[in-house]
Amino acid sequence: MSANGDTPLLRLDGVDTFYGPIHILQGLSLEVRAGELVCLLGGNASGKSTTLKTILGIVTPRNGAVRLEGEDVTKRATSYRIRKGLAIVPENRRLFAPMTVLENLQMGAFLHGGGTKEDFDRVYGLFPLLYERRSQLAGTLSGGEQQMVAMGRALMAKPKLLLMDEPSMGLAPILVERSFEIIKQVNDAGVAMLVVEQNANVSLSIADRGYVLSTGRLVLEGKADELRENEDLRKAYLGR
Amino acid sequence: MTESESPDLPARPDEAQVPRIGVDEWVATHAGRTQLGRLQQRLSGVPSLGFYFLFGAIAAFVPVMTGNAYVVRVGFDTLLYMLLALGLNITVGYAGLLDLGYIAFYGFGAYTYAMLASPQFGIHWSTLAVIPVAVVATAILGFLVALPSRRLVGDYLAIVTLFFGQLFVTVYQNGESMSFLGFTRQVNATGGPNGIPNIDPFHAFGAKVTTVRGYFYVALIVFMLALFAVYLVDRSRTGRAWKSLREDPLAAELMGMPVNRLKLVAFSFGAAIAGLAGTMFAALNTAVFAADFDVPTLIIVYAMLILGGAGSLGGVIVGALIVNVSLEVLRTPDHATYVFYLLLLATLVAKLRPWRVLAVVLGGTIGFGYVVHAIVSSAAPTWVHGSASVGGWFGSWLEGWALHNDTPGTVGKFLFVLLVLAILGVMTLEGWWQKLAMIPTLYLAAVVWENVLVVEPSVTRLILVGVILIVLMNARPQGLLGTARVEIV
Ligand SMILES: Nc1ncnc2c1ncn2[C@@H]1O[C@H](COP(=O)(O)OP(=O)(O)O)[C@@H](O)[C@H]1O
Ligand SMILES: [Mg+2]
Repeated sequence: MSANGDTPLLRLDGVDTFYGPIHILQGLSLEVRAGELVCLLGGNASGKSTTLKTILGIVTPRNGAVRLEGEDVTKRATSYRIRKGLAIVPENRRLFAPMTVLENLQMGAFLHGGGTKEDFDRVYGLFPLLYERRSQLAGTLSGGEQQMVAMGRALMAKPKLLLMDEPSMGLAPILVERSFEIIKQVNDAGVAMLVVEQNANVSLSIADRGYVLSTGRLVLEGKADELRENEDLRKAYLGR
Repeated sequence: MTESESPDLPARPDEAQVPRIGVDEWVATHAGRTQLGRLQQRLSGVPSLGFYFLFGAIAAFVPVMTGNAYVVRVGFDTLLYMLLALGLNITVGYAGLLDLGYIAFYGFGAYTYAMLASPQFGIHWSTLAVIPVAVVATAILGFLVALPSRRLVGDYLAIVTLFFGQLFVTVYQNGESMSFLGFTRQVNATGGPNGIPNIDPFHAFGAKVTTVRGYFYVALIVFMLALFAVYLVDRSRTGRAWKSLREDPLAAELMGMPVNRLKLVAFSFGAAIAGLAGTMFAALNTAVFAADFDVPTLIIVYAMLILGGAGSLGGVIVGALIVNVSLEVLRTPDHATYVFYLLLLATLVAKLRPWRVLAVVLGGTIGFGYVVHAIVSSAAPTWVHGSASVGGWFGSWLEGWALHNDTPGTVGKFLFVLLVLAILGVMTLEGWWQKLAMIPTLYLAAVVWENVLVVEPSVTRLILVGVILIVLMNARPQGLLGTARVEIV
């Protein structure tokens, strides 16, 4: 990675993303620095997933730039960006259901030859249960277990920046808390994170900074602690 | 963040202290522990290569055990179908690309062999040269077809490839005077509807393959080699990538897989195998016609793949074997008749519970038949003067029970429509009304069989194979050897 501590790992500059004629992201700018845990909050259909798709190159913005470690990758393929150190835990996890846990992990390291023993050790160290379940079909796992496979799969690629799309979706409250503990743990180990969430409470409690998105525009940004005290945000998202 | 390439994540936590998220005790104790699950697990423990070798060894003995050239010929055809299903398994089974133009690649391989080893152009290359050329050319053709369609998915890909398949048949059927984009003089490239005759047999180093038995062994060796190659690819990174692409293209893309390249490779790999099968077809038959490579053949190969279980290599063998041998057995009307009545009986026994319902429906149908037969024989005697579809005691019983017109014709077609309506009627009814309605419907089915279907065996055997497929797919939707689809809910 860049030796220059001032260059953010990821930077979006005035990004405009469209689906056909529909303007979704409108002049969106944000950044994530090495080692940071940043959350991107927003209600349904506010453009959170679209932001992640733009970062990964699944959709290409009409204006603006996506930069990884200072390099403009706006026109680059998804695989290029992943080689540069991105990985994602997609919305609804999107595991390969008829494949085993082990095969799912291998697919996470597809661009790295299927993963080294070290990669597997790292992931199994974090999720011992995945080791026990390595030959079980991913589709037969419970929601919490699937979440672990999805995170493990993403971590197999040794990402510098891990994108997470609504990790709390569909999990029981106790599992949500445990999930965020793991997220924090991974972040403490040095992986920068951009966590997209509707659940502002939990995500702000572990994040360094946060952005709030509303119909494709940023409406608030700041330190996590400050956002937690913000009146508007409280009313809109924290429900107290 | 540190300079190290891989961030050090915390060591394996002490398991006792970590809450075991999502461990469902019931699932943990029951997953895969049913009787059938156990059997499947034990079978899946046997390396599949072992099964393939066993198959190869048994198949190698077929020509030794029988001197009957017809049986060996059916064996050769079956091996050819296995090879075709193997290629389709890559495109459809692994990569999930619905390729409805697949059979055109088979035809292209056959015609390429024919053009390079026949008097058509006076070219007589050695087989060892023609086969690689034909295979590579077919792979390239597959690549070119897939190139514009690679962004097309699902239904669109199916339509584009179907169009390509029809284009192939049309072009080759009308290729007796072709010029290259109007630049060259007109040449007879494909022989048009007359095809290309007098194709050279396989020959190399002065030796020729001339017997069906010889071709059987060539096909067996080629199939085993292709099977082994696909087996290796299946277990490679590319093989797994194809499967993940089939399951969830977006997730595959999110993992950084080169989705388009993977599709192109799967498409042309499948095409290449079809082309290889085509060369053997051309050499054994010594003539090729475009009509051989049309939709009916495509449907048969798909039936084999689906029956065996798309995505399963063992399924390719089993599916091709069952479908092709059934088609051969049903060629004889006598066999077809027995299969028809046994299928009817088996379905009734399997579906009608409890026993008294089965007894009522069967007894009712037999009684109903005698009554109808008695009434009709006095009212319209021509309807009992025909003969049954089989001989023997069963045939004479049928003649005294079911109606047999001495000249079934338009009336027969009318009866067929009536049968379809009756089946639809039975399906809309429920309870005892449905069971009662089944009695005349079953009788009608028997009459239609005796008067209409058995007269046209070529259509009938396809219908029967279709029915067998439907029955089997109801019992095992994933195919005989396929893995059950797991849905994430
Ligand atoms: N592939 C697509 N084509 C057209 N519109 C889309 C597509 N994906 C998302 N959208 C629309 O873009 C908006 C933002 O979607 P998304 O980014 O998925 O929202 P969020 O993740 O915040 O719930 C929604 O109105 C959605 O309907
Ligand atoms: Mg979303």
